[in-house]
Amino acid sequence: MHNHSTGGEYGPGPHKHIDQHKHIGIELAQEELTRPKIALIGNPNVGKSLFFNYMSGMYVDVSNYPGTTIEYTRGRFNSCDVFDTPGVYGISSFNEEEGVTRDVVLDADIILNIVDAVHLERDLFLTQQLIDMGKKVAVMLNFMDEVEKAGLEIDTKLLSSYLGVPVFRTTATTKQGFDQIKTAIEQARMGEQDGSLHHKVHTMLSITGSEAEAVLVLEGDEVVAERHGVKPGTERENLYIERRNRVNLIINAILTEKGVRKHIATTLGRWAVNTWTGIPMLLVALYLIYLFVGQLVAQDLVSFTETKLGHELWEPWIKGIVTQYVSLESWLGIILVGEFGVVTMTVTYLLFLLLPLVIAFYLSLAILEDSGYLPRLATFVDRSLNAIGLNGSAVIPLILGFGCVTMATITTRLLGSEREKRISTAILQFAIPCSAQIAVVAALLTGAGFQATLIYTAIIFTMFVAIGTILHRILPGQTTPLLIDLPPMRLPRFDNVIRKTAFRAYFFMKEATPWFFAGALGVGIMQVTGLLTVWQNILAPFTTGWLQLPREAATTFVMGIVRRDFGAAGLYNLPLSPNQIVVSLVTITLFTPCIASLMVMVKERGVKEAAIVWTGTWVVAFLVGGILSQILI
Amino acid sequence: MKKSDTLPLHRVPKGSRVVIIDIPDGKSKDQLIRLGILKGEFVKCLERLPGGTIVIEKNRQEIAIGVTLAKTILVAHANTEILTQQSE
Repeated sequence: MHNHSTGGEYGPGPHKHIDQHKHIGIELAQEELTRPKIALIGNPNVGKSLFFNYMSGMYVDVSNYPGTTIEYTRGRFNSCDVFDTPGVYGISSFNEEEGVTRDVVLDADIILNIVDAVHLERDLFLTQQLIDMGKKVAVMLNFMDEVEKAGLEIDTKLLSSYLGVPVFRTTATTKQGFDQIKTAIEQARMGEQDGSLHHKVHTMLSITGSEAEAVLVLEGDEVVAERHGVKPGTERENLYIERRNRVNLIINAILTEKGVRKHIATTLGRWAVNTWTGIPMLLVALYLIYLFVGQLVAQDLVSFTETKLGHELWEPWIKGIVTQYVSLESWLGIILVGEFGVVTMTVTYLLFLLLPLVIAFYLSLAILEDSGYLPRLATFVDRSLNAIGLNGSAVIPLILGFGCVTMATITTRLLGSEREKRISTAILQFAIPCSAQIAVVAALLTGAGFQATLIYTAIIFTMFVAIGTILHRILPGQTTPLLIDLPPMRLPRFDNVIRKTAFRAYFFMKEATPWFFAGALGVGIMQVTGLLTVWQNILAPFTTGWLQLPREAATTFVMGIVRRDFGAAGLYNLPLSPNQIVVSLVTITLFTPCIASLMVMVKERGVKEAAIVWTGTWVVAFLVGGILSQILI
Repeated sequence: MKKSDTLPLHRVPKGSRVVIIDIPDGKSKDQLIRLGILKGEFVKCLERLPGGTIVIEKNRQEIAIGVTLAKTILVAHANTEILTQQSE
């Protein structure tokens, strides 16, 4: 079929396997190389991570929306290495997630294929592909509890004989059937390969050296083909259709459908993507989040923790201790317990302002994720996001951005094209305030009144749309179309929501804390050395002249470079009129993202693009803030 | 087959069952095949949002398709399928 006779030059050498390890970024010691590798492979949302958590005893993020696991995770199970992988519908190189999973599959000794028993038609395509690749496979039929509720009956024995590999019934959420994991690993074997494909593979086998890679090359996988210096096959579609037909045949034989009862969750799911009920549902969701995060936590709880615990309890106490050793007027005293005190202000902001807010936000996000609402929201807003060059899937990084821009920038990877990654990263860095910043902004706006809040929201929203539209216009290329499957709506599991929130909040704090201390230390040092005054003088024409703010506002911009919320928090102590509050908040929101997200942006998008965006935020922030100031003040 | 029998997927009214006639080549097509949506398969249109984003159902699986892709997918109403098969 193909003409690639130059196998000798590119032929399979012993170096190939080492290359592979390098490629998926595992640096293994010699003894680790011999340990059997088990890969957990499955479609998105089938419970791979629950298996992994159970097997390795490690925790990985579990959620009810596609694209959560972007990297693979390695753990230990008995004497084996076990890998959790991003969910995929098939093995190839369609996107980054698939690339990661593909390499883990190629490298694995045994595949535990986790299958959503309710959606067998979809999942068995991947199963058959893994079998066609000549891998040792065991199938774990998950969600067995839901199978009955959905009115389905599956003949497991017959399925097993069709596939030629062992099949086990499990319910991951209650750990039912998990005692069979060990047996599954022992019994995993090569299954019934597609006859015609098996024949074709032999020609390719002499070049790639492994059956799995031979199959991928035949199916037109560019990356694997290039590794072996051959042209990718042109028969992907035919092979896919053949496989699809075989799967349909198996399904017809093993699956019986009884009467289906309509579940309340299904109805809610439909409402979420309905023309008329979609918006009310979104508003209700947003309102509930506002009540919880904005009212209960940001105002009631934080005013207690910040004032009572922070300003009245912690700060006087630690001040008392520090002043026993150093004088308040000394440079060390100023740095430690002064205006920007490392152990006073910083601790209060971190523990009594940020922590409650971050927990509240992640809790809401976890519930949203696990309910299965997010992919439906993506569908609902798809057309609107098309206007700014994105498709519905971008709603996930954008919403995550309201939690933490740094984290969200990483998840832009799940978008379909470089162009969309570029647009969404820019929007995130320019116009999306993170949860910590929102908290401070919300608190300041509450003081400034309704009109101020309205102006602020309108301007930030306009900037969001403007940046997207401009980039959509000037960047070459087209928006990729939305194509996502909608996981069933489920009631979020309490323990999973709590674990996820705790896990994320912990990592957020771990990441934020050093920067906060470094920032406070930096500003403290600038204060005692007089550099702060120099900086304020340099920026004075901008702050006092152009933005019409007090000259001390320049300090918040120094802090803003370190962390966004930190910058906004610095505005607390300044005597500002409502209009000045709006101007300063708009400026600080559009101003540079925090150092951590700058780092991530450099890593994800490259130095050049990151530098353009970062410089751009300075220009846009001062430009928009200044114009607003000229109009308002 | 008469042209009037087919229509692009984004025009399919909510609630109707259609059969896939043609999907243009490309990565989206391969992904759709993986999900079980290919020429000759029956799907139900669950929702049609303003602007043309469409939600279809195939064997309890709900799939959302953006308008730019839906526009390029040709379908026929399920009840006219018998007619089109005869004319082929």
